[in-house]
Amino acid sequence: MTTHYLVLSALLFAIGAVGVLVRRNAIVIFMCVELMLNACNLAFVTFARQHGNLDGQLIAFFVMVVAAAEVVVGLAIIVTIFRTRRSASVDDANLLKY
Amino acid sequence: MEPAKIVEHAGGVIGASWLMIALPLLGAAILLLGGRRTDRWGHLLGVAMSLASFVVAVVTFFELIGLPGGERRRAVGLFEFIPGLVDMGLLIDPLSISFALLITGVGSLIHIYSIGYMSHDPGRRRFFSYLNLFVAAMLLLVLSHNYVGLYIGWEGVGLASYLLIGFWQYKPSAATAAQKAFIVNRVGDFGLAIGIFTIWTTFGSVTFQGVFESTLKPEQGVLTAIGLLLLLGACGKSAQVPLQSWLLDAMEGPTPVSALIHAATMVTAGVYLVVRSGAVFFPEGSTAALFAAIVGTVTLLAGAIIGMAKDDIKKGLAGSTMSQIGYMMLGAAFGPVGYAFAIGHLITHGFFKANLFLGAGSVMHAMNDEVNMRRYGALRKALPVTFYTFLIGYLAIIGFPLLSGYFTKDGIIETVIHHNEVLGWLAVLGAGLTGFYMSRMVFMTFFGEKRWADDAHPHESPAVMTIPLVLLSIGSIFLGGYLVLGGRFMTFLGPAVGMPEGGVPAFHPFTVPGLATLALVAVGAAIAWLRYGRVPVPVTAPRGSFLTTFARRDLYGDALNESLFMRPGQWLTRIAVFFDNRGVDGLVNGLAAGIGGTSGRLRRVQTGFARSYALSILFGAAVVAGALLLVGNL
Amino acid sequence: MGETITFWVLAVVSVAAALGLVLSRKAVYCALMLGVVMGSLAVLYAVQEAPFLAAVQIIVYTGAVMMLFLFVLMLVGVDSTDSLVETIKGQRFWAIVAGLGFAALLALAIGNVAFVRPTGLGGATSQYGGNVQGLAQLIFTRHVFAFEVASALLITAALAAMVLAHRERAKAKPTQKDLARARFAGPHPTPLPGPGVYARHNANDMPALLPDGTVSELSVNRIIARHDVQEGRLPEDPRLAEAIRQAVEVEEESK
Repeated sequence: MTTHYLVLSALLFAIGAVGVLVRRNAIVIFMCVELMLNACNLAFVTFARQHGNLDGQLIAFFVMVVAAAEVVVGLAIIVTIFRTRRSASVDDANLLKY
Repeated sequence: MEPAKIVEHAGGVIGASWLMIALPLLGAAILLLGGRRTDRWGHLLGVAMSLASFVVAVVTFFELIGLPGGERRRAVGLFEFIPGLVDMGLLIDPLSISFALLITGVGSLIHIYSIGYMSHDPGRRRFFSYLNLFVAAMLLLVLSHNYVGLYIGWEGVGLASYLLIGFWQYKPSAATAAQKAFIVNRVGDFGLAIGIFTIWTTFGSVTFQGVFESTLKPEQGVLTAIGLLLLLGACGKSAQVPLQSWLLDAMEGPTPVSALIHAATMVTAGVYLVVRSGAVFFPEGSTAALFAAIVGTVTLLAGAIIGMAKDDIKKGLAGSTMSQIGYMMLGAAFGPVGYAFAIGHLITHGFFKANLFLGAGSVMHAMNDEVNMRRYGALRKALPVTFYTFLIGYLAIIGFPLLSGYFTKDGIIETVIHHNEVLGWLAVLGAGLTGFYMSRMVFMTFFGEKRWADDAHPHESPAVMTIPLVLLSIGSIFLGGYLVLGGRFMTFLGPAVGMPEGGVPAFHPFTVPGLATLALVAVGAAIAWLRYGRVPVPVTAPRGSFLTTFARRDLYGDALNESLFMRPGQWLTRIAVFFDNRGVDGLVNGLAAGIGGTSGRLRRVQTGFARSYALSILFGAAVVAGALLLVGNL
Repeated sequence: MGETITFWVLAVVSVAAALGLVLSRKAVYCALMLGVVMGSLAVLYAVQEAPFLAAVQIIVYTGAVMMLFLFVLMLVGVDSTDSLVETIKGQRFWAIVAGLGFAALLALAIGNVAFVRPTGLGGATSQYGGNVQGLAQLIFTRHVFAFEVASALLITAALAAMVLAHRERAKAKPTQKDLARARFAGPHPTPLPGPGVYARHNANDMPALLPDGTVSELSVNRIIARHDVQEGRLPEDPRLAEAIRQAVEVEEESK
């Protein structure tokens, strides 16, 4: 059963990664990042059960805390950028290049 | 008889002989460092310093002849030049004091003459500073008691010569001529430097005393090699074939310079070097002496042939100078008798050639700096003093009986024929050529009809210019006889260069070579009269035969140098430049361009799209995961 | 058996929702899909003996984070749809290749490991008297420093969000006095005439009639008038239509 959970976790992680790469809306990209974090959490929880050790759950808990902080700051940045550029597309912010 | 031993000397008048060099050097320093503030009286200071040096030389001379014959070689130590290796000092002996008297005496006269000649030139003060510098360097050259000091003086006169040839540096021809003189002299100076190095390694000393009185017996081959290297140096400085090409162009300088440096003094430095080193490196019958003799003969003929075709009065005189130095070099190859006549001819030549050059300068001064003799003619009425003094110089140089040149040149010819018939008769032929070209010069300049430019109003030069001419012509008349008759000069020089085994040879006025010389000179003068005195001289030069062209083009000396050295040098340079540009630079530039081009393309990867970067991160993560997997399975 | 059924149902649901998240054009749908995934994961946590995490997942993620997302979406523009046309050449293709490759690699790695039967958390929780007590024991003893740092991080993040979202006024807010002065300095001290709303048109794009019967251009709302002209919805009365056109022209000239 552990294998199934881990494969599901890997699938969700890969889907999230592809989402980050193909979407242009910064908010959606953020959602995909959250999806990847959740996939990781699933793996942590699964391993905690596999090994009979609560540390995995603890790490998942910390991941959630950090993810919450990250979302707050990230969304604030998006709002600020949107306010000046009237766009939430990550492709529009490409001034730093060759 | 061997030369006398060199004696250390301190104090007294001879001990103060360094003033001879120091005074003109001080004058040059004051005038060069003082700048425009010294413009008003700079020429007077220059003349004063030169005259003061002359006075010191005269006093030293009398002090020297006051000594007994065997003690007349005095070495005056001055200071330690290169600690432990070279001491600087002066050698006062009959040879060097003869030169010192000639340099300061004729030099002072030319200084005085220059006051008038350069009176309208804005750079007069600079001119006198260079002249003083030259006198100082030349005196160092002849007075130094070692080869290193000689070399310093040698380069010093080269520098002064360069500065004075290019004195009117705004004229491209003068600037080029100065560079040419400097570069050609480099070849000779290179030989001299190597020669001095070899002397050092052979004898362990560079002083004349250390070399001439050495107890070492080096191999004959080494001595010959040193002799040939010194001869190469002498050829450069004295404009002997094959390094003769610079002297004719050096006439671009002001005429007093031509008279002082390129006729009377500096160009005779080669003869001084050969005579000074003669006892060890150019003994009678040695290979080096034979080379010197051949070089002298070739040059005396080449100079005469060039002089025959030149229409430029100064270049004609320059050819003559080459020729007369050829005589000296020839004479210097034949032992003590030859030395005496060579140095005697050098001194009388210093007088009559300075006389002729200054006369030519006076003519140019009168004719608005015109140098083409075809534009002269009939000047004997307009410039009487110049004419008569020039006439005396002319008679002296062609060897008219009882004038200076007669005694000394005839002495050289007699000596040479005594040792080597072929070279001797060639020297006789050269005397005949001299008779032709000098007569041609006199006829074209002072006789015939007026061929002047429209704006020419010839007038006699001021006294400041004519008085030196008169003094020099007096020397041109009497000096030769005074020196040669009774073997006076030979006896005087004896302590310095040695005496002939059989004593001083008596002077025989009527010998076969002597009479043949006179006859040939007369024939040459007669031909000149027929060609240039009796018939009108065309204003534009006729085309002339192949030989005329040959002589006008300086015997193709420049063409030879160009094709032998300049063009291969240019090819070599171009090959080197090509190799540098394409090979070395190509490699470096190609590498840089390759890196630059690659970077330029790689730069395009930086699109600015965060998603592109994220894609590469994911790829990287996949690669790392794959690698971990592989490593774990292994 | 019960766990197996739950897993498969939720696995299918969550993968489908994740794909929906990546594929839907509207950001709000994406947010909803994400909510579905998070909810499913919460159930899976609960199934895997992590009741506390399941609760936290619901509260923090589906409760707080999702609300925050939706909030920002509303701010940025809820009706905006993304164009799904890829603008970077090869980005989509290579993203899918890399994603599939990465998933395949992970799956391969997981498949290579032969897992023994899970130990289960029975021992660990019973030692402390329950899952929550167990976690609390760990947080407040062994990981207390990380916990404090995390709390500092949260506070910092809150401050950062405040600073980032705060906007300075470029100039002072106009007072009532300023407004009144501006109004009397302008061309219309009085209020502009209201729109003429007739019985036939309960719409405020109709020009008003002045007491003398003429049409007042000032009564036309210019933004609405522009839409009307663009879409050809002009009234039949030529005087009123002309007034609307005039209003649009004045508007464009003033630009």
